[in-house]
Amino acid sequence: MTLLYSEVEEELRAAVRDLLADRCPPATVLARIESASPYDADLWKALARDIGVAGLLIPEELEGAGASAREAAVVLEELGRAVTPVPFLTSSVLATQALVSAGTDGARELLATLASGETTAALAVSFASSPYSLEWSESPQSPKAPGADTAAGTPWGAVAVEGGTLSGRVTAVAGADVADVLIVPASGALYAVEAADATVTPMVSLDLTRPISTVTFIGAPARQVSSGLRPLRAALDLGAGLLASEQLGVAEWCLTTTVAYVKERHQFARPVGSFQSLKHRLADLWMEIVQARAAARNAADALASGTDTATAVAVAQAWCGAVAVHAAEECVQLHGGIGMTWEHPVHLYLKRAKADEIALGTPGDHRDALARLADLPGPLGS
Amino acid sequence: MTVDEAALKERARAFLAEHDPAATEPLDFLRARFDAGLAWVHFPKGLGGLGAPRELQNVVEGELDGTPQTDVGKLAIGLGMAAPTILIFGTEEQKKRFLRPLWTGEEIWCQLFSEPGAGSDLATLATRAVRDGDEWVVDGQKVWTSGAHHSRWAILVARTDPDVPKHRGLTYFVCDMEAPGVEVRPLRQITGEAEFNEVFLTGVRLSDQLRLGEVGDGWRVAQTTLMNERVAIGGSPVRRGGGVIGVVAETWRRRPEIRTHDLHQRLLRLWVETEVTRLAGVRLREQLAAGAPGPEGSGMKLAFARLNQALSGLDVEMRREEGLAYDDWTFRRSDSVDFFGRGPGYRYLRAKGNSIEGGTSEILRNIIAERVLGLPSEPRVDKNVPWKDLPR
Repeated sequence: MTLLYSEVEEELRAAVRDLLADRCPPATVLARIESASPYDADLWKALARDIGVAGLLIPEELEGAGASAREAAVVLEELGRAVTPVPFLTSSVLATQALVSAGTDGARELLATLASGETTAALAVSFASSPYSLEWSESPQSPKAPGADTAAGTPWGAVAVEGGTLSGRVTAVAGADVADVLIVPASGALYAVEAADATVTPMVSLDLTRPISTVTFIGAPARQVSSGLRPLRAALDLGAGLLASEQLGVAEWCLTTTVAYVKERHQFARPVGSFQSLKHRLADLWMEIVQARAAARNAADALASGTDTATAVAVAQAWCGAVAVHAAEECVQLHGGIGMTWEHPVHLYLKRAKADEIALGTPGDHRDALARLADLPGPLGS
Repeated sequence: MTVDEAALKERARAFLAEHDPAATEPLDFLRARFDAGLAWVHFPKGLGGLGAPRELQNVVEGELDGTPQTDVGKLAIGLGMAAPTILIFGTEEQKKRFLRPLWTGEEIWCQLFSEPGAGSDLATLATRAVRDGDEWVVDGQKVWTSGAHHSRWAILVARTDPDVPKHRGLTYFVCDMEAPGVEVRPLRQITGEAEFNEVFLTGVRLSDQLRLGEVGDGWRVAQTTLMNERVAIGGSPVRRGGGVIGVVAETWRRRPEIRTHDLHQRLLRLWVETEVTRLAGVRLREQLAAGAPGPEGSGMKLAFARLNQALSGLDVEMRREEGLAYDDWTFRRSDSVDFFGRGPGYRYLRAKGNSIEGGTSEILRNIIAERVLGLPSEPRVDKNVPWKDLPR
């Protein structure tokens, strides 16, 4: 195990960072968010095909790169640093991991098309689902068992299967608006549905760079790609663990940008960054980010090796979600008035950070999981 | 020739074959170990080392496990602060004279830096050293000196020129703690005991041969010492769930009746903070081992201080009635901090020192802001003023 970055990882980072510096500066992202297509399809093609990030987690025999969570984590750091509007997390991590973990012929067929980046997929679950929501819904006492096929629903939606078709609705799905294929949990299994056979209605979203949608199925033709929900859990675990690296990237941009600003901004005939109250806040934030980097790396390393995964993921999410939000909030505050403007890109980061805090389990959800994992039980009778 | 792991193992085994730890006096064994270059392998040959990479020390420790060891708690100042400073700034005679008995524990060292009027602003210190022929005459008062009462030597910073700005008029000495005029008084702390001392220096005569570094260069020499202190305070490895969080979690598991929702949430947050801090330390040590030390080190002491204080405070609170009691206020000297051998009240009170000793958390934040983040320093009123003209 190592928490450092390997040479290969640093090369991958440099390739992604160079491309984003060129193609995804803040002004470009700002201009795009209110256009008809918030995602940058051309940039995604360059990332997916030229650098090969779409197939990073796909096995080599399916035309993927056969890389591990460690490499995907480095990509996410850079995508977070630039709040890049591309479907890497939703398609190349979440949907891809569900299919890799399912491993059926149908899943493998889909993966081969995802590897090149020509096809994009999305996991049709609420972005607010945590890996642990599956645990309570699977317990026999729960009325919300995923096999129930009723409108009572599950944490990720209520979709019924009938004669090879799906009907139902899933809310707050990230990446569905750019997906060609939807991977849908229903009746205790995963199904693949062509996005054209579903109705995807984008919602007005807090995160302008990764909008969410409502996905509705009315007798949509579906192919079963797994026989259980274990692949869904694997996808949510990986997604949660790797989201920490995106949050790290968001936080690092916020700190770097704030430090640069307070060195330049003069009030009282001094750079405001020379005031001790600001220096101490930024020093504390820096330390939180040092800890976030160690936690995010540890989660990526654990996911890559498959050892100690649950605790590493829960620790990273319990810490990094709040750090990204704190960094973005400090960035707004220490920019003063300019930080409140639409023109300055910091709001993109604040919105991403706040949405990421909810995505794939809140910090509190992950702390609850740690109560069990670290044997620190709550009060009796609770 | 560079020393590698295999060569070191062989050397340690050959040493053991020649010096049976069971049949040798512990002190003789330690002296022989020093002379064999197996004391601190990164030190030069002839001074207890082999000029090997520092991380190979673990190889030696592994091979010599179970042999006579020194009391590293008692030797902490010598090993962690005096030795690295002597190595860099000492003359050949000073290195030969001091390093061996320092490492074997024959001579204990303490630190005479802080003064009642010079804490965070150490460079403003007022203890005077006046040249008299081949000697220096030292007068002043030092404080927060642990182990002064059984120390043979001290590292001392004193003012040799009051007419220049404060950083430039300092000189670094080795102080003979047995010299006439050295008086040590225990300093009782909020815990009831006395880990530290006040040291009064009255007409203490030190040979010029006890000077470390050039006259007027004391500030630069002291920086070396202080950097080593912070590494020592922030750097020890722990396992997951170990250390202070382990003590608190053990009580939590054993006593379900103390659990409340509020305490539970706070405990979980601190457990997470402990774990991410531990991981940051793991990462820092990996960087050091790879020969690329990152700036993370500056923050570790800051993080540990905050965690220790928060956890020890929670520990007292969650015990309720037991938290109202204290184990022992008896005024006595203690040579080391028995953090886990004492009660929660002691830990709570002793942890208060963590954000003060070895650089306050406020000074550490300044260091991170200025040296890591590159933020400008506050306007200074004391930089170009002769020390004697500063308000105090």
